[in-house]
Amino acid sequence: MATSCDVVVQSKVGLHARPAALLVKTAGGFSSRITVENLTRGTKPVNAKSILSVLSTGVRMHDQIRITADGADEEAAITALADLVKSNFGEME
Amino acid sequence: MSTQTIHGIGASAGIAIGPIFRYETREYSVEERHIEDTAAERARLDAALAQAQAEIQALAGQAQHDGDSSTASIFEAHAMFLSDPELLEQVRATIETRHVNADYAWKEGTEHYAASLRSLGDEYLAARATDVEDVATRVIRILHRAEEQATRLEEPSVIVAAELTPSDTVTLDKQKVLAFCTARGGATSHVVILAKALGIPAIVGLGAAADHLHTGAQAFVNGTTGEIIIDPDEATIAAYRQQSRILARSQSEAQEKAHEPATTADGKQVEVVANIGSPGEAADALAYGAEGVGLLRTEFLFLDRDTPPDEDEQSAVYSAIMETMGQRPVVIRTLDIGGDKPAPYLDMPEEMNPFLGVRGLRLSLAHPAIFQVQLRALLRAGAGHNVKIMFPMVATREEILAAREQIASAQAALAERGANLTPHYEIGIMVEVPSAALMADVLAGVVDFFSIGTNDLAQYTLAVDRTNAAVAPLADALHPAVLRLIGTVIEAAHAQGKWVGLCGELAGDPLAAPVLLGLGLDEFSMTARSIPLVKQVIRRCTLAQVREIARHVLTLSDAGEVRAYVHHQFGLEQTPRMGEIQGTKRIVETAR
Repeated sequence: MATSCDVVVQSKVGLHARPAALLVKTAGGFSSRITVENLTRGTKPVNAKSILSVLSTGVRMHDQIRITADGADEEAAITALADLVKSNFGEME
Repeated sequence: MSTQTIHGIGASAGIAIGPIFRYETREYSVEERHIEDTAAERARLDAALAQAQAEIQALAGQAQHDGDSSTASIFEAHAMFLSDPELLEQVRATIETRHVNADYAWKEGTEHYAASLRSLGDEYLAARATDVEDVATRVIRILHRAEEQATRLEEPSVIVAAELTPSDTVTLDKQKVLAFCTARGGATSHVVILAKALGIPAIVGLGAAADHLHTGAQAFVNGTTGEIIIDPDEATIAAYRQQSRILARSQSEAQEKAHEPATTADGKQVEVVANIGSPGEAADALAYGAEGVGLLRTEFLFLDRDTPPDEDEQSAVYSAIMETMGQRPVVIRTLDIGGDKPAPYLDMPEEMNPFLGVRGLRLSLAHPAIFQVQLRALLRAGAGHNVKIMFPMVATREEILAAREQIASAQAALAERGANLTPHYEIGIMVEVPSAALMADVLAGVVDFFSIGTNDLAQYTLAVDRTNAAVAPLADALHPAVLRLIGTVIEAAHAQGKWVGLCGELAGDPLAAPVLLGLGLDEFSMTARSIPLVKQVIRRCTLAQVREIARHVLTLSDAGEVRAYVHHQFGLEQTPRMGEIQGTKRIVETAR
């Protein structure tokens, strides 16, 4: 059973630059298989631990994304990643 | 040796002359080969990746050490690409299943991602695609056992290349780089950011014209106009050297008198003030002899952040500038941004043509909450100081009336809080839209002053986008069409006892000073470092002489004729085309 959540990206640069790097680094800290898909653009789910894949989803500000985790620590992973996006990447900038 | 001139986009201002050094990015031809021992090939890839990772860490460290954080962060992105699990898995699988060589599999994998990033049509992601290619080349170079191309510049040179990545520029001895010229790239390229940081000229987007630039030839690079003269003749070189010497001498003379007023030979004094865009520039402005601030741009407070600055934050910044300026006048311009400079919290819809869209005062009126915060902050900071409020991008009288109402509400809100306020503030507008210039007699009834923004006024009047290399040279604010509008504004304002300033780059052009003085301009506001020289030019003028010059130039047909005439009349022969020599940031400022 996978866990997932839908969140809206509020960062003005979307999932580019630092927000993308932070998402990838956070995802990399979990053993579950984690994917991210851009619901607004209708992209396929991609590996959230891959910076190139995450950038390729072209997530811009106000896009809705779905994060899905599947594995032993899937719930912790979703909580951490959803918090990261909702906190607007720790109010960086 | 024949002289030839080519054009690109002037992206970092200034001029330079010197020998061309062509930086050739080494091309590695990668061919598909059949590999039997795929395990060994994968080990070869892993070793190359490890070495690339080590090189990148070293370069990031070096950039950090040089205080070049923008380059350091690019190398950090390179490091992430190099360890991307999807990319590595794809490349390893290609080696394993198709029995191909590591460099071929790597090239195929990185090209796939670069293409997919580029296909999204986003400037930022396109720049990351270039980074992926940069890191791809590094690994292929290592796999080919080639040494990193250490570029030794024997002498100070003008660097010419198709494109320059951080991996390229990091190896160059910056002390010996006179200018950067690239075939590709735009105003936001890595090389442009680097050039601005180094304070040297850069020209990008030369296209095929860059093929005319050969190693060893001399190039005269003008980063302001985007012009490159190849193998300039002796006379041009000598004139340039003489100009720089004379300029240096007159600069130092002018600097000595920088703090004296700008009074014409027959006793007419005008105000010479500075354009500033951050608190740090206020003290510099005074050092150059500014008599106040004619334009305080407030955009720096609003850009590159997710929420607008609050009243206290803004007020503290404005107060710091007021403190530095004491009782000298400070003209604060309210937020001047548009759809080309998205501030996320404003939630602006995408516009087909942001320069004709919701920008400047229009934008503030559309976001009254943000406008009120700014007005309260500057009214608070202005208490006890000589502050004047100015609105940008005004096209109609109704907009001014609406803005005045906004000021009244801000004052009322502050009064309710019991804040201590200066009872009267001068309120003025930027004149940068032709309609405002043509209606100046009507608008003068509802303002205390005008400040003419010649950069935009020229752009709107001549229908020239100055970030477009094909037409940029046509946007010369000394065009008689623009000068006639300036004359109209000054006449209309003076008829109603209002004063007129000019805060475009034209104010800092020594060749324009006699014309503007002759048209009756009251206040010249410019980049601080232009102040000493412009004051010096004004001191050499007499009103009779400059009025005659102004009268005549309005009858001429183009900017070139105006320049030639003033040049001849005013005897600025010692410092020809000075506007370019001192590197006014003509194009860069518009692009910003």
